Amino acid sequence: MSLEKTYPKEVKQILSKYPPEHKRSAVMPLLFLAQREEGYINKASMQDIARILDITETDVASIVGFYTLYHDEKAGKYRMQVCTDLPCALRGADEFMQNLCGNLGIKVGETTADGLVTLEAVMCLAACDKAPMFQTQGTDGIKYHENMTVDRTMELIDTLKRSDREIK
Amino acid sequence: MEHILLRHRDIPDINKLDVYKKNGGFDAFKKAVTKMKPTEVTDVVKNSGLRGRGGAGFPTGMKWAFIDNKNWPHYVVANADESEPGTFKDREIMESNPFQFLEGLALASYAVGATVAYVYLRGEFWELAAFLDEKIAEMENAGYLGDKLFGTDYSLKIFTHLGAGAYICGEETALLESLEGKRGQPRVRPPFPPSFGLYGKPTVINNVETIANVPPILANGADWYKSMGTADSAGVKIFSLSGRVRKPGNYELPFGTTFRQLIYEHAGGVQEGRPVKAIMAAGASSSMIVVDDKVLDTPMDYASVRTLGADLGSASVIVLDDTVSLDWVLNKTIHFFKHESCGKCTPCREGTYWMQNLTERIHTGEGSKADVDLLLNVAKQMQGKCLCALGEFSTMAVVTGIERFPQDFKKVVKA
Repeated sequence: MSLEKTYPKEVKQILSKYPPEHKRSAVMPLLFLAQREEGYINKASMQDIARILDITETDVASIVGFYTLYHDEKAGKYRMQVCTDLPCALRGADEFMQNLCGNLGIKVGETTADGLVTLEAVMCLAACDKAPMFQTQGTDGIKYHENMTVDRTMELIDTLKRSDREIK
Repeated sequence: MEHILLRHRDIPDINKLDVYKKNGGFDAFKKAVTKMKPTEVTDVVKNSGLRGRGGAGFPTGMKWAFIDNKNWPHYVVANADESEPGTFKDREIMESNPFQFLEGLALASYAVGATVAYVYLRGEFWELAAFLDEKIAEMENAGYLGDKLFGTDYSLKIFTHLGAGAYICGEETALLESLEGKRGQPRVRPPFPPSFGLYGKPTVINNVETIANVPPILANGADWYKSMGTADSAGVKIFSLSGRVRKPGNYELPFGTTFRQLIYEHAGGVQEGRPVKAIMAAGASSSMIVVDDKVLDTPMDYASVRTLGADLGSASVIVLDDTVSLDWVLNKTIHFFKHESCGKCTPCREGTYWMQNLTERIHTGEGSKADVDLLLNVAKQMQGKCLCALGEFSTMAVVTGIERFPQDFKKVVKA
């Protein structure tokens, strides 16, 4: 299914932001749109975007590879991305991450057995005064969770699990 | 003192259009478009002494005046990529006082004759971008954006554009590449963006905080703005304070406020009452400041911080107490820079890779004195040879950390 058929309104709105002769600028928002379906970008979507923008599939793939928020592989339904950079680490982010791993029974980079959460360590998210913190990246976008404890994180995961079951 | 930028802390609901309007919102923009020439707007900003808040401190009005008037169209791009470890001020401005930022962007656009402006937000600001889109739509409906504004011939559109996770896109030419739909890799300069920017057209790129200063400067005048801060650094600055302090957060204070006032009067001092060992005044890109009483009483402005062998940069003040060892700090910052190196120029791509190998080895106790010497050597070899500031910045903490805190490295290396 092509993006223009699935999201006709969104594609049109995205393209309207840029001069028609520079429609390549739309590659990033179109990739976010393509990622909505499955949480990652497959080859067909890359070909589709290349066709819409008159660029090569390699151009599109180079964007997917360069930026960390695009993924070309399936992971958990939510990527839980904990900032472990210096300012967050000064406020306990490394210990938080370690305890979270223990509670979930997985290592950084791994996915929970139910396929719900992939745990990742990421670079600065501009929330240094509210550490420990992480963002969740799912098919519905990105959300910040700040001043977190392991207990509150486990509650959040329970909530995500319940809403996931309801959708199914 | 009432806030000039973080006005939401004094005026609740200033993120609502009618509340912003009631408090003088858009008066400056309307006055500029209906009664002032674009160059007059630029002159006010020039005379105010406003300098870029993204880190470089370049005079804003001068940047605007550099725009090439022989080549059209012109663009203005707000740099909302905020990704320096320790920086979290632009997000608060946009989330809580969005119209002041957007009015400033409109004023900058009018000053340089741009009819289209973009806000380039880091991809993680996903919810914020949707929020700004709503605010932009409200401005369009109220007649502050769109065609023929206030009955004049001036038209302006503002669009948001989300990045997708790359620190390098805060570097202005990498940001332009990214906005053009390419990998975010810096361009060789010159030419600079005011002559060759977005789509090869003259472009002004300003940081969010810089832009948010413009409406109050236009409303109250250059002299009013210059009456705050120091001779070298006019006005107010948002200091993003993090690390081992009791109350981390954003503090809007006049330039020239001392480190001691920021840390002890505003942020309640250091956790557990411990002493400050070192300060990183410019986030991960900092030179390490060795702290003593005299340093704590140094005014935070561009010139004074330079006397400490460091830079104020974006004023992302990270406080390290005496429990923190520099080998750990360097390992953290180098992991960041290694991850964020765009790979375009060899010194940065290879240098950060080898520095990471060394900081990791040293921090885990597997390193020797020769490794510390080699790390210092690699960092110094990189200096002055990288394509953009990111590569240069990656060496700052390494060189100054090793030179100014040698005991921290002696302690961890194998005999």
